[in-house]
Amino acid sequence: MRLAPDEQAMLDGEQGEAVQAAMDLLVRYGEVLGAERLVDTDNVCGANLFGSRHTMVCGSPGPDAAFSEHSLDAAVPLPIPPVRAQSYQLIGPMDTRNWEVQGVSVEERDAVVASEAYSAEHGIHLMNTCTPYQVGNVPVKGEHCAWMESSAVVYVNSVLGARTNVEGRESTGAAMLTGKIPYWGYHLPENRFGSHLVDVGVPVVDTLDWGLLGYWIGEQVAEGVPVLDGITATPDLVKLKHFGAAAASSGGVELYHVPGITAEARTVEEAFAAAPPVERLSYGPAERRQTYEHLNSTGRDEHVDLVMIGCPHATLGQIRDVVRLLEGRRVHAESELWVFTPRALREVAEQNGYARALEAAGARLMSDTCPAIGQFLPKGTRVIATDSAKQVHYLPAIMDVQGYFGTLQDCVDAAVTGRWQGVLR
Amino acid sequence: MSTRTLHGRGLVGGIAEGEALVTSEALSGWGGVEPRRGRVIELRHELVGQSFAGKVLVFPGAKGSSGWSGMFHMSRLMGTAPAAMVFTTMNTKIALGVVVTRVPAITDLDDDPLTAVRTGDWVRVDADRGELIVTRAAG
Repeated sequence: MRLAPDEQAMLDGEQGEAVQAAMDLLVRYGEVLGAERLVDTDNVCGANLFGSRHTMVCGSPGPDAAFSEHSLDAAVPLPIPPVRAQSYQLIGPMDTRNWEVQGVSVEERDAVVASEAYSAEHGIHLMNTCTPYQVGNVPVKGEHCAWMESSAVVYVNSVLGARTNVEGRESTGAAMLTGKIPYWGYHLPENRFGSHLVDVGVPVVDTLDWGLLGYWIGEQVAEGVPVLDGITATPDLVKLKHFGAAAASSGGVELYHVPGITAEARTVEEAFAAAPPVERLSYGPAERRQTYEHLNSTGRDEHVDLVMIGCPHATLGQIRDVVRLLEGRRVHAESELWVFTPRALREVAEQNGYARALEAAGARLMSDTCPAIGQFLPKGTRVIATDSAKQVHYLPAIMDVQGYFGTLQDCVDAAVTGRWQGVLR
Repeated sequence: MSTRTLHGRGLVGGIAEGEALVTSEALSGWGGVEPRRGRVIELRHELVGQSFAGKVLVFPGAKGSSGWSGMFHMSRLMGTAPAAMVFTTMNTKIALGVVVTRVPAITDLDDDPLTAVRTGDWVRVDADRGELIVTRAAG
Protein backbone atom coordinates (compact mmCIF):
# COMPACT_ATOMS: atom_id res chain seq x y z
CA MET A 1 0.00 0.00 0.00
CA ARG A 2 1.29 3.49 -0.89
CA LEU A 3 1.33 5.88 2.05
CA ALA A 4 1.21 9.66 1.72
CA PRO A 5 3.91 11.58 3.66
CA ASP A 6 1.56 12.43 6.54
CA GLU A 7 0.50 8.78 6.78
CA GLN A 8 4.10 7.57 6.76
CA ALA A 9 4.90 10.07 9.51
CA MET A 10 2.10 8.62 11.64
CA LEU A 11 3.38 5.10 11.00
CA ASP A 12 6.86 6.25 12.04
CA GLY A 13 5.48 7.39 15.39
CA GLU A 14 5.76 11.14 14.91
CA GLN A 15 2.34 11.66 16.50
CA GLY A 16 2.83 9.26 19.35
CA GLU A 17 2.40 5.58 19.95
CA ALA A 18 -1.39 5.39 19.80
CA VAL A 19 -1.56 7.10 16.40
CA GLN A 20 1.29 4.83 15.28
CA ALA A 21 -0.65 1.75 16.40
CA ALA A 22 -3.75 3.07 14.63
CA MET A 23 -1.83 3.55 11.37
CA ASP A 24 -0.25 0.12 11.75
CA LEU A 25 -3.72 -1.43 12.03
CA LEU A 26 -4.95 0.48 8.96
CA VAL A 27 -1.92 -0.69 6.96
CA ARG A 28 -2.37 -4.35 7.98
CA TYR A 29 -6.08 -4.13 7.19
CA GLY A 30 -5.59 -2.26 3.91
CA GLU A 31 -3.05 -4.79 2.72
CA VAL A 32 -5.35 -7.73 3.42
CA LEU A 33 -8.06 -5.93 1.43
CA GLY A 34 -5.67 -5.21 -1.39
CA ALA A 35 -6.24 -1.44 -1.10
CA GLU A 36 -3.72 0.73 -2.92
CA ARG A 37 -3.97 3.68 -0.56
CA LEU A 38 -5.86 5.35 2.26
CA VAL A 39 -8.38 8.18 1.95
CA ASP A 40 -9.03 11.12 4.30
CA THR A 41 -12.20 10.99 6.34
CA ASP A 42 -13.66 13.44 8.81
CA ASN A 43 -16.79 11.44 9.58
CA VAL A 44 -16.27 8.34 11.70
CA CYS A 45 -18.95 6.34 13.55
CA GLY A 46 -17.72 3.63 15.89
CA ALA A 47 -18.55 1.78 19.07
CA ASN A 48 -16.21 2.36 21.99
CA LEU A 49 -18.30 2.01 25.14
CA PHE A 50 -17.01 -0.76 27.32
CA GLY A 51 -18.45 -2.62 30.26
CA SER A 52 -16.82 -5.37 32.24
CA ARG A 53 -17.23 -7.91 29.43
CA HIS A 54 -14.64 -5.97 27.46
CA THR A 55 -12.35 -4.71 30.19
CA MET A 56 -12.00 -8.08 31.96
CA VAL A 57 -10.23 -9.70 29.03
CA CYS A 58 -7.70 -6.88 28.61
CA GLY A 59 -5.25 -7.82 31.31
CA SER A 60 -5.35 -4.29 32.66
CA PRO A 61 -8.62 -2.64 33.65
CA GLY A 62 -7.98 1.00 32.66
CA PRO A 63 -9.92 2.73 29.87
CA ASP A 64 -6.75 3.29 27.80
CA ALA A 65 -6.16 -0.46 27.89
CA ALA A 66 -9.69 -1.20 26.69
CA PHE A 67 -9.45 1.34 23.85
CA SER A 68 -5.96 0.11 22.88
CA GLU A 69 -7.05 -3.52 22.71
CA HIS A 70 -10.64 -3.37 21.44
CA SER A 71 -10.56 -0.18 19.36
CA LEU A 72 -7.02 -0.28 17.93
CA ASP A 73 -5.91 -3.93 18.20
CA ALA A 74 -2.71 -2.56 19.74
CA ALA A 75 -0.32 -5.07 21.27
CA VAL A 76 0.07 -3.12 24.53
CA PRO A 77 -1.99 -0.50 26.42
CA LEU A 78 -1.18 3.00 25.17
CA PRO A 79 -2.17 6.49 26.32
CA ILE A 80 -4.93 7.57 23.93
CA PRO A 81 -4.89 11.19 22.66
CA PRO A 82 -8.04 13.15 21.70
CA VAL A 83 -9.53 11.93 18.43
CA ARG A 84 -8.51 13.73 15.26
CA ALA A 85 -11.54 13.13 13.01
CA GLN A 86 -15.13 14.08 13.82
CA SER A 87 -16.11 10.93 15.68
CA TYR A 88 -19.45 9.60 16.84
CA GLN A 89 -20.46 6.91 19.31
CA LEU A 90 -23.01 4.46 17.87
CA ILE A 91 -25.49 2.36 19.82
CA GLY A 92 -24.06 1.08 23.09
CA PRO A 93 -24.69 -1.45 25.83
CA MET A 94 -26.82 0.56 28.26
CA ASP A 95 -29.58 3.12 28.74
CA THR A 96 -28.18 5.41 31.43
CA ARG A 97 -31.67 6.01 32.83
CA ASN A 98 -33.23 2.56 32.48
CA TRP A 99 -30.22 0.48 33.43
CA GLU A 100 -32.10 -1.11 36.32
CA VAL A 101 -34.87 -2.27 33.98
CA GLN A 102 -32.12 -3.76 31.83
CA GLY A 103 -30.91 -5.77 34.81
CA VAL A 104 -27.54 -3.99 34.88
CA SER A 105 -25.67 -4.03 38.21
CA VAL A 106 -24.48 -0.81 39.87
CA GLU A 107 -20.84 -1.77 39.18
CA GLU A 108 -21.60 -2.39 35.52
CA ARG A 109 -23.51 0.86 35.25
CA ASP A 110 -20.59 2.74 36.75
CA ALA A 111 -18.23 1.11 34.23
CA VAL A 112 -20.34 2.18 31.25
CA VAL A 113 -20.84 5.70 32.64
CA ALA A 114 -17.06 6.00 33.12
CA SER A 115 -16.53 4.74 29.58
CA GLU A 116 -18.94 7.39 28.27
CA ALA A 117 -17.02 10.08 30.16
CA TYR A 118 -13.74 8.76 28.71
CA SER A 119 -15.16 8.90 25.17
CA ALA A 120 -16.49 12.40 25.73
CA GLU A 121 -13.11 13.59 27.08
CA HIS A 122 -11.49 12.28 23.91
CA GLY A 123 -13.93 14.21 21.74
CA ILE A 124 -16.19 11.36 20.62
CA HIS A 125 -19.74 12.69 20.22
CA LEU A 126 -22.11 10.61 22.35
CA MET A 127 -24.91 10.04 19.83
CA ASN A 128 -25.59 6.57 21.28
CA THR A 129 -27.69 5.36 18.39
CA CYS A 130 -27.65 3.01 15.42
CA THR A 131 -29.20 5.87 13.39
CA PRO A 132 -26.76 8.82 13.50
CA TYR A 133 -28.47 10.13 10.35
CA GLN A 134 -31.55 10.87 12.51
CA VAL A 135 -29.76 13.10 14.95
CA GLY A 136 -27.39 15.36 13.09
CA ASN A 137 -24.85 13.26 11.23
CA VAL A 138 -26.19 13.44 7.69
CA PRO A 139 -23.30 12.88 5.26
CA VAL A 140 -23.30 14.69 1.93
CA LYS A 141 -23.29 12.85 -1.41
CA GLY A 142 -19.75 11.74 -2.17
CA GLU A 143 -18.47 12.29 1.41
CA HIS A 144 -15.91 9.68 2.47
CA CYS A 145 -16.96 8.22 5.81
CA ALA A 146 -15.85 5.36 8.04
CA TRP A 147 -18.94 3.94 9.70
CA MET A 148 -19.79 0.81 11.57
CA GLU A 149 -23.40 -0.39 11.95
CA SER A 150 -24.54 -2.16 8.81
CA SER A 151 -28.03 -0.61 8.88
CA ALA A 152 -26.59 2.90 9.03
CA VAL A 153 -23.98 2.20 6.34
CA VAL A 154 -26.56 0.94 3.86
CA TYR A 155 -28.76 3.96 4.62
CA VAL A 156 -26.12 6.65 4.09
CA ASN A 157 -24.54 4.91 1.09
CA SER A 158 -27.83 4.40 -0.71
CA VAL A 159 -30.27 7.10 0.36
CA LEU A 160 -27.68 9.88 0.76
CA GLY A 161 -24.88 8.80 -1.59
CA ALA A 162 -22.16 8.89 1.08
CA ARG A 163 -19.16 6.60 0.61
CA THR A 164 -18.34 4.06 3.27
CA ASN A 165 -17.78 0.36 3.65
CA VAL A 166 -19.08 -1.52 6.67
CA GLU A 167 -16.21 -0.83 9.03
CA GLY A 168 -15.53 -2.54 12.35
CA ARG A 169 -14.64 -1.38 15.83
CA GLU A 170 -10.89 -1.51 15.29
CA SER A 171 -10.88 0.21 11.89
CA THR A 172 -13.15 3.01 13.12
CA GLY A 173 -11.06 3.39 16.28
CA ALA A 174 -7.99 3.79 14.07
CA ALA A 175 -9.84 6.18 11.74
CA MET A 176 -10.84 8.36 14.70
CA LEU A 177 -7.19 8.86 15.67
CA THR A 178 -5.77 9.24 12.14
CA GLY A 179 -8.59 10.61 9.95
CA LYS A 180 -7.82 7.84 7.44
CA ILE A 181 -9.47 4.66 6.14
CA PRO A 182 -8.54 2.24 3.30
CA TYR A 183 -9.65 3.50 -0.12
CA TRP A 184 -11.38 0.30 -1.16
CA GLY A 185 -14.83 -1.05 -2.03
CA TYR A 186 -17.59 1.54 -1.95
CA HIS A 187 -15.17 4.46 -1.71
CA LEU A 188 -14.42 3.87 -5.41
CA PRO A 189 -17.04 5.18 -7.84
CA GLU A 190 -16.64 2.18 -10.17
CA ASN A 191 -17.84 -0.19 -7.43
CA ARG A 192 -21.09 1.65 -6.86
CA PHE A 193 -23.06 0.44 -9.89
CA GLY A 194 -25.88 -2.09 -9.61
CA SER A 195 -25.28 -5.84 -9.80
CA HIS A 196 -28.78 -7.36 -9.54
CA LEU A 197 -31.99 -6.06 -11.07
CA VAL A 198 -35.04 -6.77 -8.90
CA ASP A 199 -38.44 -6.63 -10.57
CA VAL A 200 -40.84 -5.78 -7.78
CA GLY A 201 -44.19 -7.19 -8.82
CA VAL A 202 -46.26 -6.45 -5.71
CA PRO A 203 -47.13 -3.10 -4.17
CA VAL A 204 -44.64 -2.23 -1.42
CA VAL A 205 -46.67 -0.04 0.87
CA ASP A 206 -46.02 -0.16 4.59
CA THR A 207 -42.97 -0.70 6.78
CA LEU A 208 -43.69 -4.43 6.98
CA ASP A 209 -43.65 -4.64 3.17
CA TRP A 210 -40.30 -2.87 3.01
CA GLY A 211 -38.85 -5.11 5.71
CA LEU A 212 -39.98 -8.25 3.88
CA LEU A 213 -38.61 -7.01 0.56
CA GLY A 214 -35.28 -6.10 2.15
CA TYR A 215 -34.93 -9.42 3.92
CA TRP A 216 -35.71 -11.36 0.73
CA ILE A 217 -33.33 -9.30 -1.37
CA GLY A 218 -30.50 -9.75 1.14
CA GLU A 219 -30.93 -13.51 0.95
CA GLN A 220 -30.85 -13.44 -2.85
CA VAL A 221 -28.04 -11.01 -3.60
CA ALA A 222 -25.82 -11.52 -0.52
CA GLU A 223 -23.28 -8.69 -0.99
CA GLY A 224 -24.54 -7.47 -4.34
CA VAL A 225 -25.86 -4.02 -5.18
CA PRO A 226 -29.57 -4.53 -5.89
CA VAL A 227 -31.49 -2.12 -8.09
CA LEU A 228 -35.24 -2.00 -7.48
CA ASP A 229 -37.52 -1.64 -10.45
CA GLY A 230 -41.28 -1.26 -10.03
CA ILE A 231 -41.43 0.88 -6.90
CA THR A 232 -44.40 3.14 -7.51
CA ALA A 233 -44.75 5.04 -4.24
CA THR A 234 -41.86 7.03 -2.73
CA PRO A 235 -40.89 5.50 0.63
CA ASP A 236 -40.04 7.61 3.66
CA LEU A 237 -37.07 7.42 6.05
CA VAL A 238 -38.73 4.77 8.25
CA LYS A 239 -39.41 2.41 5.36
CA LEU A 240 -35.90 2.71 3.93
CA LYS A 241 -34.43 2.37 7.42
CA HIS A 242 -36.24 -0.98 7.80
CA PHE A 243 -35.56 -2.08 4.23
CA GLY A 244 -31.81 -1.51 4.46
CA ALA A 245 -31.49 -2.99 7.95
CA ALA A 246 -33.25 -6.16 6.76
CA ALA A 247 -31.14 -6.48 3.58
CA ALA A 248 -27.94 -5.95 5.57
CA SER A 249 -28.96 -8.63 8.10
CA SER A 250 -30.09 -11.46 5.84
CA GLY A 251 -27.31 -10.77 3.33
CA GLY A 252 -24.60 -8.16 3.33
CA VAL A 253 -26.13 -5.39 1.28
CA GLU A 254 -24.20 -2.14 1.83
CA LEU A 255 -25.58 -0.21 -1.15
CA TYR A 256 -28.75 -0.35 -3.24
CA HIS A 257 -30.45 1.89 -5.74
CA VAL A 258 -34.10 2.79 -6.16
CA PRO A 259 -33.79 4.74 -9.42
CA GLY A 260 -35.29 8.20 -9.23
CA ILE A 261 -35.58 8.00 -5.43
CA THR A 262 -32.19 7.25 -3.87
CA ALA A 263 -29.12 9.44 -4.39
CA GLU A 264 -27.11 8.00 -7.24
CA ALA A 265 -29.21 6.55 -10.05
CA ARG A 266 -31.95 8.47 -11.82
CA THR A 267 -32.84 5.52 -14.04
CA VAL A 268 -32.30 1.75 -14.18
CA GLU A 269 -29.96 2.30 -17.12
CA GLU A 270 -27.86 4.70 -15.08
CA ALA A 271 -27.63 2.16 -12.25
CA PHE A 272 -26.21 -0.39 -14.69
CA ALA A 273 -24.10 2.03 -16.73
CA ALA A 274 -20.90 0.03 -16.07
CA ALA A 275 -22.23 -3.45 -16.87
CA PRO A 276 -25.55 -5.23 -17.37
CA PRO A 277 -27.14 -7.01 -14.37
CA VAL A 278 -25.49 -10.29 -13.38
CA GLU A 279 -28.92 -11.55 -12.43
CA ARG A 280 -32.57 -10.56 -12.79
CA LEU A 281 -34.80 -11.40 -9.86
CA SER A 282 -38.57 -11.26 -9.45
CA TYR A 283 -40.31 -10.49 -6.18
CA GLY A 284 -43.99 -11.36 -6.14
CA PRO A 285 -46.71 -12.50 -3.72
CA ALA A 286 -45.12 -15.95 -3.24
CA GLU A 287 -41.73 -14.50 -2.28
CA ARG A 288 -43.43 -12.04 0.05
CA ARG A 289 -45.39 -14.76 1.84
CA GLN A 290 -42.44 -17.13 2.04
CA THR A 291 -40.31 -14.39 3.66
CA TYR A 292 -43.04 -13.58 6.16
CA GLU A 293 -43.37 -17.22 7.17
CA HIS A 294 -39.69 -17.61 7.43
CA LEU A 295 -39.32 -14.55 9.70
CA ASN A 296 -42.07 -15.97 11.92
CA SER A 297 -40.67 -19.49 11.96
CA THR A 298 -39.41 -19.37 15.55
CA GLY A 299 -42.80 -18.21 16.92
CA ARG A 300 -44.86 -21.05 18.46
CA ASP A 301 -46.49 -19.91 21.71
CA GLU A 302 -49.35 -17.45 21.53
CA HIS A 303 -48.44 -15.42 24.63
CA VAL A 304 -46.03 -12.56 23.94
CA ASP A 305 -43.76 -11.39 26.78
CA LEU A 306 -42.08 -8.45 25.07
CA VAL A 307 -42.93 -6.23 22.15
CA MET A 308 -39.86 -4.38 20.88
CA ILE A 309 -40.19 -1.31 18.64
CA GLY A 310 -37.21 0.71 17.41
CA CYS A 311 -34.82 -1.45 15.40
CA PRO A 312 -33.17 0.55 13.94
CA HIS A 313 -33.92 3.24 16.54
CA ALA A 314 -37.43 4.65 16.23
CA THR A 315 -38.18 8.01 14.67
CA LEU A 316 -40.39 10.53 16.43
CA GLY A 317 -43.07 9.56 13.93
CA GLN A 318 -42.91 5.92 14.98
CA ILE A 319 -43.09 6.92 18.65
CA ARG A 320 -46.13 9.05 17.97
CA ASP A 321 -47.75 6.18 16.04
CA VAL A 322 -47.27 3.85 19.03
CA VAL A 323 -48.80 6.48 21.32
CA ARG A 324 -51.82 6.78 19.03
CA LEU A 325 -52.27 3.01 18.70
CA LEU A 326 -52.25 2.79 22.49
CA GLU A 327 -54.86 5.50 22.99
CA GLY A 328 -57.50 4.34 25.47
CA ARG A 329 -55.71 1.01 25.90
CA ARG A 330 -53.13 -0.43 28.25
CA VAL A 331 -50.25 -2.87 27.90
CA HIS A 332 -51.25 -6.33 29.19
CA ALA A 333 -50.22 -7.12 32.77
CA GLU A 334 -48.03 -10.01 31.63
CA SER A 335 -46.43 -8.26 28.66
CA GLU A 336 -44.03 -5.36 28.11
CA LEU A 337 -43.84 -2.81 25.32
CA TRP A 338 -40.43 -1.21 24.91
CA VAL A 339 -39.70 1.52 22.36
CA PHE A 340 -36.06 2.40 21.60
CA THR A 341 -34.89 5.72 20.16
CA PRO A 342 -31.74 7.89 20.09
CA ARG A 343 -31.09 9.80 23.34
CA ALA A 344 -31.62 13.14 21.61
CA LEU A 345 -35.01 12.07 20.29
CA ARG A 346 -36.08 10.83 23.70
CA GLU A 347 -35.65 14.43 24.88
CA VAL A 348 -37.98 15.60 22.13
CA ALA A 349 -40.42 12.78 22.86
CA GLU A 350 -40.50 13.92 26.46
CA GLN A 351 -41.07 17.51 25.38
CA ASN A 352 -43.98 16.35 23.25
CA GLY A 353 -45.58 14.28 26.01
CA TYR A 354 -45.06 11.00 24.14
CA ALA A 355 -42.86 9.53 26.85
CA ARG A 356 -45.49 10.29 29.49
CA ALA A 357 -48.26 8.86 27.32
CA LEU A 358 -46.30 5.66 26.80
CA GLU A 359 -45.67 5.31 30.52
CA ALA A 360 -49.31 6.00 31.33
CA ALA A 361 -50.25 3.10 29.03
CA GLY A 362 -47.72 0.80 30.71
CA ALA A 363 -45.13 1.01 27.92
CA ARG A 364 -41.58 2.30 28.21
CA LEU A 365 -39.44 4.64 26.13
CA MET A 366 -35.75 3.73 26.22
CA SER A 367 -32.64 5.04 24.47
CA ASP A 368 -28.94 4.42 23.77
CA THR A 369 -29.19 0.65 23.30
CA CYS A 370 -31.47 -2.25 22.32
CA PRO A 371 -32.11 -5.78 23.62
CA ALA A 372 -29.85 -7.37 21.01
CA ILE A 373 -26.88 -5.05 21.58
CA GLY A 374 -27.27 -4.89 25.36
CA GLN A 375 -28.41 -8.52 25.62
CA PHE A 376 -31.26 -7.94 28.00
CA LEU A 377 -34.94 -8.86 28.16
CA PRO A 378 -37.63 -8.69 30.84
CA LYS A 379 -37.11 -11.54 33.29
CA GLY A 380 -38.51 -14.84 32.08
CA THR A 381 -39.09 -13.68 28.50
CA ARG A 382 -39.73 -16.59 26.15
CA VAL A 383 -41.50 -14.85 23.28
CA ILE A 384 -40.83 -11.48 21.65
CA ALA A 385 -42.63 -9.61 18.87
CA THR A 386 -41.30 -6.77 16.74
CA ASP A 387 -41.96 -4.77 13.59
CA SER A 388 -38.30 -5.17 12.59
CA ALA A 389 -37.06 -7.93 10.31
CA LYS A 390 -33.57 -7.24 11.61
CA GLN A 391 -34.48 -7.64 15.27
CA VAL A 392 -36.44 -10.86 14.64
CA HIS A 393 -33.45 -12.15 12.67
CA TYR A 394 -31.05 -11.57 15.58
CA LEU A 395 -32.88 -11.73 18.90
CA PRO A 396 -33.99 -15.40 18.82
CA ALA A 397 -30.37 -16.41 18.06
CA ILE A 398 -28.76 -14.14 20.64
CA MET A 399 -31.25 -14.51 23.49
CA ASP A 400 -32.74 -17.94 22.75
CA VAL A 401 -36.35 -16.74 22.52
CA GLN A 402 -39.19 -17.21 20.05
CA GLY A 403 -39.85 -14.27 17.76
CA TYR A 404 -42.80 -12.85 15.82
CA PHE A 405 -42.65 -10.24 13.08
CA GLY A 406 -45.58 -8.08 12.00
CA THR A 407 -46.89 -4.58 11.48
CA LEU A 408 -46.71 -1.88 14.14
CA GLN A 409 -50.45 -2.43 14.66
CA ASP A 410 -49.94 -6.21 15.12
CA CYS A 411 -47.19 -5.48 17.62
CA VAL A 412 -49.12 -2.95 19.69
CA ASP A 413 -52.16 -5.25 19.66
CA ALA A 414 -49.97 -8.08 20.93
CA ALA A 415 -48.71 -5.87 23.76
CA VAL A 416 -52.26 -4.93 24.73
CA THR A 417 -53.81 -8.41 24.51
CA GLY A 418 -50.70 -10.37 25.48
CA ARG A 419 -51.29 -12.59 22.45
CA TRP A 420 -49.84 -12.75 18.95
CA GLN A 421 -52.57 -12.54 16.32
CA GLY A 422 -50.64 -11.16 13.38
CA VAL A 423 -51.42 -12.42 9.90
CA LEU A 424 -50.06 -11.39 6.51
CA ARG A 425 -52.56 -9.20 4.70
CA MET B 1 -3.80 -41.28 3.43
CA SER B 2 -3.77 -38.72 0.64
CA THR B 3 -2.51 -35.18 0.85
CA ARG B 4 -2.70 -32.32 -1.58
CA THR B 5 -1.47 -28.75 -1.59
CA LEU B 6 -3.37 -25.64 -2.61
CA HIS B 7 -1.69 -22.30 -3.22
CA GLY B 8 -3.06 -18.86 -2.50
CA ARG B 9 -2.46 -15.47 -0.95
CA GLY B 10 -1.32 -15.45 2.66
CA LEU B 11 -2.95 -12.56 4.53
CA VAL B 12 -1.92 -12.82 8.14
CA GLY B 13 1.38 -14.60 8.49
CA GLY B 14 2.25 -17.70 10.45
CA ILE B 15 1.79 -21.44 10.34
CA ALA B 16 -0.95 -23.40 12.06
CA GLU B 17 -2.58 -26.77 11.71
CA GLY B 18 -5.69 -28.45 12.91
CA GLU B 19 -8.86 -30.28 12.04
CA ALA B 20 -10.89 -28.59 9.34
CA LEU B 21 -14.37 -27.21 9.95
CA VAL B 22 -15.86 -26.53 6.52
CA THR B 23 -19.04 -24.69 5.61
CA SER B 24 -20.36 -23.41 2.31
CA GLU B 25 -22.33 -20.70 4.15
CA ALA B 26 -20.86 -17.32 5.08
CA LEU B 27 -20.70 -16.70 8.83
CA SER B 28 -22.22 -13.90 10.85
CA GLY B 29 -19.95 -12.59 13.61
CA TRP B 30 -21.99 -10.46 16.00
CA GLY B 31 -25.23 -12.35 16.62
CA GLY B 32 -23.82 -15.36 14.78
CA VAL B 33 -21.06 -16.61 17.04
CA GLU B 34 -20.61 -16.74 20.79
CA PRO B 35 -16.98 -16.02 21.70
CA ARG B 36 -16.99 -17.46 25.23
CA ARG B 37 -17.19 -20.95 23.81
CA GLY B 38 -16.22 -20.24 20.21
CA ARG B 39 -19.55 -21.53 19.00
CA VAL B 40 -21.82 -20.75 16.02
CA ILE B 41 -25.24 -19.61 17.27
CA GLU B 42 -26.89 -18.36 14.06
CA LEU B 43 -30.09 -20.41 14.06
CA ARG B 44 -30.30 -20.99 10.34
CA HIS B 45 -26.61 -21.74 9.81
CA GLU B 46 -25.58 -25.29 9.02
CA LEU B 47 -22.88 -25.11 11.72
CA VAL B 48 -25.24 -23.95 14.49
CA GLY B 49 -24.10 -25.34 17.85
CA GLN B 50 -20.64 -26.32 16.59
CA SER B 51 -17.36 -24.96 17.93
CA PHE B 52 -14.59 -23.52 15.75
CA ALA B 53 -12.11 -23.16 18.64
CA GLY B 54 -8.70 -24.50 17.63
CA LYS B 55 -9.97 -25.66 14.25
CA VAL B 56 -9.07 -24.51 10.76
CA LEU B 57 -12.19 -22.68 9.68
CA VAL B 58 -12.81 -23.06 5.93
CA PHE B 59 -15.69 -20.86 4.79
CA PRO B 60 -16.81 -18.40 2.12
CA GLY B 61 -16.29 -15.40 4.40
CA ALA B 62 -18.10 -12.91 6.61
CA LYS B 63 -21.62 -11.56 6.48
CA GLY B 64 -24.01 -9.58 8.65
CA SER B 65 -23.29 -7.03 11.36
CA SER B 66 -20.29 -4.71 11.51
CA GLY B 67 -19.50 -6.32 14.87
CA TRP B 68 -17.87 -9.24 12.99
CA SER B 69 -14.28 -8.34 13.81
CA GLY B 70 -15.15 -7.51 17.42
CA MET B 71 -16.54 -11.00 18.01
CA PHE B 72 -13.52 -12.82 16.58
CA HIS B 73 -11.22 -10.34 18.35
CA MET B 74 -12.99 -11.37 21.56
CA SER B 75 -12.59 -15.06 20.70
CA ARG B 76 -8.82 -14.53 20.49
CA LEU B 77 -8.78 -12.84 23.90
CA MET B 78 -10.89 -15.67 25.35
CA GLY B 79 -8.79 -18.41 23.80
CA THR B 80 -11.53 -19.78 21.56
CA ALA B 81 -10.34 -18.48 18.17
CA PRO B 82 -9.93 -20.78 15.19
CA ALA B 83 -6.35 -22.02 14.61
CA ALA B 84 -6.43 -20.57 11.10
CA MET B 85 -8.92 -19.15 8.63
CA VAL B 86 -9.31 -20.07 4.97
CA PHE B 87 -11.90 -18.20 2.94
CA THR B 88 -12.95 -17.34 -0.61
CA THR B 89 -14.76 -13.98 -0.64
CA MET B 90 -13.05 -10.77 0.46
CA ASN B 91 -14.91 -7.98 2.20
CA THR B 92 -14.13 -5.48 4.94
CA LYS B 93 -15.62 -7.67 7.68
CA ILE B 94 -13.44 -10.69 6.97
CA ALA B 95 -10.35 -8.56 6.23
CA LEU B 96 -10.51 -6.74 9.55
CA GLY B 97 -11.60 -9.98 11.24
CA VAL B 98 -8.53 -11.97 10.22
CA VAL B 99 -6.24 -9.04 11.06
CA VAL B 100 -7.48 -8.75 14.66
CA THR B 101 -7.89 -12.50 15.23
CA ARG B 102 -4.15 -12.70 14.49
CA VAL B 103 -4.21 -16.27 13.21
CA PRO B 104 -2.76 -17.48 9.88
CA ALA B 105 -5.22 -16.65 7.11
CA ILE B 106 -5.26 -17.41 3.42
CA THR B 107 -7.48 -16.67 0.40
CA ASP B 108 -7.37 -16.59 -3.44
CA LEU B 109 -6.53 -20.32 -3.60
CA ASP B 110 -5.92 -22.09 -6.90
CA ASP B 111 -8.74 -24.55 -6.17
CA ASP B 112 -12.00 -24.06 -4.29
CA PRO B 113 -11.20 -24.87 -0.64
CA LEU B 114 -14.91 -25.32 0.10
CA THR B 115 -14.90 -28.50 -1.98
CA ALA B 116 -11.23 -29.48 -1.74
CA VAL B 117 -11.38 -29.63 2.06
CA ARG B 118 -13.90 -31.64 4.08
CA THR B 119 -14.79 -31.30 7.72
CA GLY B 120 -12.50 -33.58 9.70
CA ASP B 121 -9.57 -33.37 7.28
CA TRP B 122 -6.25 -32.38 8.84
CA VAL B 123 -5.14 -29.05 7.43
CA ARG B 124 -1.86 -27.20 7.66
CA VAL B 125 -1.97 -23.50 6.79
CA ASP B 126 1.34 -21.88 5.97
CA ALA B 127 0.29 -18.29 5.42
CA ASP B 128 3.90 -17.11 5.02
CA ARG B 129 4.21 -19.24 1.88
CA GLY B 130 0.54 -19.08 0.90
CA GLU B 131 0.13 -22.86 1.19
CA LEU B 132 -2.70 -25.06 2.34
CA ILE B 133 -1.87 -28.75 2.83
CA VAL B 134 -4.89 -31.01 3.19
CA THR B 135 -4.68 -34.54 4.55
CA ARG B 136 -7.88 -36.46 3.90
CA ALA B 137 -9.50 -37.91 7.01
CA ALA B 138 -9.84 -41.70 7.07
CA GLY B 139 -13.18 -43.05 5.86
